[in-house]
Amino acid sequence: MTAPMGSLSVRGVNVTYPALQHGGSVVALKDVNLEINPGDFVVALGASGCGKTTLLNLLAGFLSPTQGKLLLNGQPITGPGSDRGVVFQKHALLPWLNVMENTEFGLKLQGVDKSRRRTIAARNLELVGLKDFHHHMIYQLSGGMQQRVGIARALTCDPAMLLMDEPMAALDALTRETIQELLLDVWQHTHKMFFFITHSVEEALFLGSRLIVMSPRPGRITNTYELDFNKRFLETRDARAIKSSADFIKMRETILGIIYGDERAAGQPEIMHV
Amino acid sequence: MFNKLFLAKPVTPGKVYGAPGAGYSGFISLTTAVVLIALWFLVTSMGWIKPIFLPSPFAVYNKFIEAWTEGVANSTLLQHTMTSLGRVMGAFFLALVTAVPIGVLMGVNRLVRGVFDPIIEFYRPLPPLAYLPLVIIWFGIGEFPKVFLIYLAIFAPMAIAARAGVKSVSIEQIHAAYAMGASSRQIISHVILKAALPEIFTGMRIGIGVGWTTLVAAEMVASSRGLGFMVLNAAQYLASDTVIMGILVIGFFALIFDLLLRHLEKVLIPWKGKV
Repeated sequence: MTAPMGSLSVRGVNVTYPALQHGGSVVALKDVNLEINPGDFVVALGASGCGKTTLLNLLAGFLSPTQGKLLLNGQPITGPGSDRGVVFQKHALLPWLNVMENTEFGLKLQGVDKSRRRTIAARNLELVGLKDFHHHMIYQLSGGMQQRVGIARALTCDPAMLLMDEPMAALDALTRETIQELLLDVWQHTHKMFFFITHSVEEALFLGSRLIVMSPRPGRITNTYELDFNKRFLETRDARAIKSSADFIKMRETILGIIYGDERAAGQPEIMHV
Repeated sequence: MFNKLFLAKPVTPGKVYGAPGAGYSGFISLTTAVVLIALWFLVTSMGWIKPIFLPSPFAVYNKFIEAWTEGVANSTLLQHTMTSLGRVMGAFFLALVTAVPIGVLMGVNRLVRGVFDPIIEFYRPLPPLAYLPLVIIWFGIGEFPKVFLIYLAIFAPMAIAARAGVKSVSIEQIHAAYAMGASSRQIISHVILKAALPEIFTGMRIGIGVGWTTLVAAEMVASSRGLGFMVLNAAQYLASDTVIMGILVIGFFALIFDLLLRHLEKVLIPWKGKV
């Protein structure tokens, strides 16, 4: 695969929203710095209100920072673009199109001719295990299969980066584990930059090559960990053994401690008078 | 005495405890219709109601045959029907090609919404009979003011439905399209317009219904042909049989168009209500 390779840097980013009451403002993100290189699987984890989704919206270009810079390939991010694919929590597929039409949609918008975009889309559908479902309508699929289409669709424009906002939050536990393994296979196969948001500590540890733990009020990155559980899975293909290993459990408890601390500290108003 | 109808029953084996009012009501509706028609036969054949107030079904049927073959009010029933169909359908298609684009633009453009919102919201609740005199003063007594009156009545609900339809697109769907390199124009044509289709169809169904409702008003002044004219004309001579026959014909066509649109909706928008 010929992916437009490059790296992404987030430098000194602040995001401030005007508050609804009191005329103050909410600091959604404060002094965030992050470097993502090709082949990095970055997972963002944190209590609600820690700014995970704000960070993803910045990377996708749906939001501009109040201060600081976001660079992709050295170029500032000015808006959304096909070099960054997004997978959403709710699948956000288009119900009037079938699986194939949804997957090729981005290439169709770009005016790629039909046989070429069908070939690319078919390859991505095969990658996510939906080879035999080209003509199914979205509402005929289970939640897990819908998310597979979402992943295939995001890959079709061959983005440098895949952004995922809790894509597994609405799936049942078994489907979730299957899709987790699928994601690692896609990651290994495409060698793209992955940025993945989750609430689940176990999911974060299993998937990420780098874990950033975020804290609320103001939203910021408090801890960063380099992980290799995902590489261990790709070598051994034994998810259960990895998730029940001593170092995985120890890591899980450490991170749970950080997040529970944040949850307990919650309850104060998020308004800061400026 | 109604306790039994509304009483929650204990769960029968193999059945899920349902929401109140669950179940098929088609047979009950059919029974209602049959009972009403039977009552109509009964009260007229027994002579309990004078024919001038309620003519018998036979009299209405005879009037239908007479209108079909010889005609009433200087035209055959077919001519009346075609004239009215032309007016309602003309107004409907005119509304379809104007109200839907304007409604969608109202949903996606602040300026268009600002311009059309006060106009539509002001005239929408007005009865067409109230502005009929003005339409006649402005546009005379030809064919255009009749179609225009029906058009105005259809326009508002259709535009409002199209505008509401725009809101049914989720922000994630729009973001996803932007992240695939879509332009604003492509977002509107490929995402928003498609997402609005179910609501637009609902607007079409409401619109065609309103069109038939407004027909009689449109044919009140300076008409010489049309189902509405036929009914109004007959009322002046207390010809209740023609009035009832005309009402049934109008009702028949209104029902046919609604069924047609419902069928089209099922074929064209199979995803409605499923996502």
